[in-house]
Amino acid sequence: MSLSPTVKHEKQIRPKGEVFVWLTAMGLVTGLVMIIGLMGFIATKGLEVFWPRPVTLFELRAGSPQIRGPLPQIAGELITTREKVVHLLDLEGKPVTAGEESQVFIGNKDAYGNGFIYLDCGDILRESRPENIIVAERVEYGDSIFEPVSLQMADGLKVPVSDPKFDTFFHRLVEDAAERRAQILVVEKDQIGRINADMEQNARRLRVLEGEKASAEAVAELKADQEKLQARYEILAKKARELRDRQKVVTLTYRIPSGQERTEAVDNIIDFYYPNRLGFWGKTGVFLGNIKTFVTEEPREANTEGGIFPAIFGTLVMTVLMSAAVMPIGVFAAIYLREYAKQGPIVRLVRISINNLAGVPSIVFGVVGLGFFVYIAGGSIDKWFFSDALPTPTFGTGGILWASLTLAVMTLPVVIVATEEALSAVPRGVREASLACGASKWQTIQRIVLPASAPGILTGLILAMARGAGEVAPLMLVGVVKMAPTLPLDTIAPFIHPERKFMHLGFHIYDLGFQSPDSEAAKPMVFATTLLLVLLVVVLNLGAIHIRNTLRKKYATSAF
Amino acid sequence: MSQSNTESSTTPKAIEVAARPVSTDPSLRPDFIDVRDFSFYYEAEKKALHNLSLTIPERQITAFIGPSGCGKSTLLRSINRMNDLIDGVHHEGDIVVNNVSIFDPNVEVISLRKRIGMVFQKSNPFPKSIYENLVYSLRVAGRNKKSELDEVVERSLRGAALWEEVKDRLHSSAYGLSGGQMQRLCIARAIANQPEILLMDEPCSALDPIATGKIEELMNELKELYTIVIVTHNMQQATRVSDRTAFFYLGKLIEYGTTQQIFMDPKNPQTEAYVSGRFG
Repeated sequence: MSLSPTVKHEKQIRPKGEVFVWLTAMGLVTGLVMIIGLMGFIATKGLEVFWPRPVTLFELRAGSPQIRGPLPQIAGELITTREKVVHLLDLEGKPVTAGEESQVFIGNKDAYGNGFIYLDCGDILRESRPENIIVAERVEYGDSIFEPVSLQMADGLKVPVSDPKFDTFFHRLVEDAAERRAQILVVEKDQIGRINADMEQNARRLRVLEGEKASAEAVAELKADQEKLQARYEILAKKARELRDRQKVVTLTYRIPSGQERTEAVDNIIDFYYPNRLGFWGKTGVFLGNIKTFVTEEPREANTEGGIFPAIFGTLVMTVLMSAAVMPIGVFAAIYLREYAKQGPIVRLVRISINNLAGVPSIVFGVVGLGFFVYIAGGSIDKWFFSDALPTPTFGTGGILWASLTLAVMTLPVVIVATEEALSAVPRGVREASLACGASKWQTIQRIVLPASAPGILTGLILAMARGAGEVAPLMLVGVVKMAPTLPLDTIAPFIHPERKFMHLGFHIYDLGFQSPDSEAAKPMVFATTLLLVLLVVVLNLGAIHIRNTLRKKYATSAF
Repeated sequence: MSQSNTESSTTPKAIEVAARPVSTDPSLRPDFIDVRDFSFYYEAEKKALHNLSLTIPERQITAFIGPSGCGKSTLLRSINRMNDLIDGVHHEGDIVVNNVSIFDPNVEVISLRKRIGMVFQKSNPFPKSIYENLVYSLRVAGRNKKSELDEVVERSLRGAALWEEVKDRLHSSAYGLSGGQMQRLCIARAIANQPEILLMDEPCSALDPIATGKIEELMNELKELYTIVIVTHNMQQATRVSDRTAFFYLGKLIEYGTTQQIFMDPKNPQTEAYVSGRFG
């Protein structure tokens, strides 16, 4: 045996197929990078929205188009700086550069017309970060950036900003206003709302009685009831009016950066902070507060301000309703197909049809849902049960019930296929043992097969929920709206209102991105809402995976 | 001694089988399970069993032996109508158990299976606790009283010689047992309902010799209470445990008699060839 050179020997030793180890690893890494990159991008841009930015005061060159008042200055949050876009070529054919411009959020939409501006960097003489500047979140017209001047209290007392107690007063007044706003909400939404519902019901019953020519005393009784309700309404309405009037009493005078002084009621201010005074912990506090607002409050200003709680709630309720509808039907259908039906050409045809249903575009389901659920089923229900409310449709229009059922039909094939796979994976041995013990076929299914296939069935549920929570197109036809005044679940009987329209996170993203009147203000919300939708789906999936793992441990047969 | 001794030296010796004591209680029926001219088809043309006729006596152990595919498992599974689960099967002839045909339309299959316990080749306990495995037959029959269930659990486990080993972990998963214990658990489950007949389809083929020995010992005790029919590939096992043996080949019953007679004095040349190991 000749002494072969070591290099050649090593080459022969290297196992074949190592190339494929690298290739497959690369495939995995590419996938991971894409997912992590996407998640990271959404997370960063989404969370960026909530972190408070400092406010810069820009002193402007005379003649700058951004001088909007007596003083040649403007202040705002610097968002980004970019090259100015000028579509010109110079004599040599090269594109002309014209300096940089900064996108600045200046707020005060009621004073300036728009909240975002592009400031030519060449116009800036000096920048500074004044300590006294406040960023205030307002009920109307979005955020405001100003320097406070004085507070005018209820008894005429004027508190200038130089007073050391100004800050405490301001904080307390804003808190009081917030409390009163909550009270007004309770009175108007809950209490008056309930009376309205009762009065409406009475009016309907009255119409029905008059139609049937009922006894005069029944009619009189109802009318007396109506009067009682009307009286209560008057009291509550007066209370609400009083509260609202109290809100207007205390006012704040402030100066916006371009120099004008303005006055408005303190109740218009939801919250405020001094952005240039905050340290890291202060900023973190504002950050967390912003997130909490986002998740728990209702939207304002055409969905560009405030929170998106109704959309979160609507998405959750719809997903739960959809799962409740699709699981029993899907599981039972799969049980029949796999366990009871005689496996012949008809069953094969049914199975092929179900599999094909999974590939139908979701908008088609939306149209089918509209035609069948909304018009036919909803129209019939209206005719039979709610004819007194016609021509205003109750169920004959989009609502959360029809939306959930439409999505349930759409995700049905997924559940059936997953369940069938899980059922057929249960080994024959335990089935035969069960029958040999004297159990009937259904008892075997109920006690042995179903528990053993529960993990697989839950996988089907996970896939169904993920698909359902993310689909937007069909929902637009069957019940999602841009702005829903009420939630589908509330404290007014019968507590669950399946005919109500609802808001949905996926649709909200579309609406913010494309239908918003102020697209610059909406952009950050788009990312934040996307982040929230992703988180919602992840949480739902994690819940189902946890249940699945618990079941797997409990019911694992030797085959798994 | 068998005559094969005088033939070529490559022929293995015949198996020695001592006469087995059999109960001569006159109340025990010799034809407890009466297979009458029974034929079985898997599909229209595939005839698996050809006109079988044999009587299986009460409270004895009867073994079905024969090479693979000879139909012994098929016959066994027909006795408790487990073959009904397969699509497209049909039969001719009858099987009568204790004077009642199992195919009688008045007989409900579920109640038939409650009177017959079955142990399979690969042990198949349910993915539940040991306790739940044993009381399964009672629960599906609607009996849920705890005192009754506890009593059944202890009785069945003692009857399967498993009580001492598992009495402290009745509520742990059945999958935590060893192979031999799992099979004994399946036997315990099969006798939980106190059936009249116990069908065992190659119960020891997946077990080691020690576990096999324990189960064979068990079978000797069980036969005092149950009529046992066992399908086995292992001829030594048949000689050790069974009182009567039936030899099948290609779906036909070749010979049937006492174990001693089949192994030591087979009348049919095919039987002789099989038991002396020349084929199968």
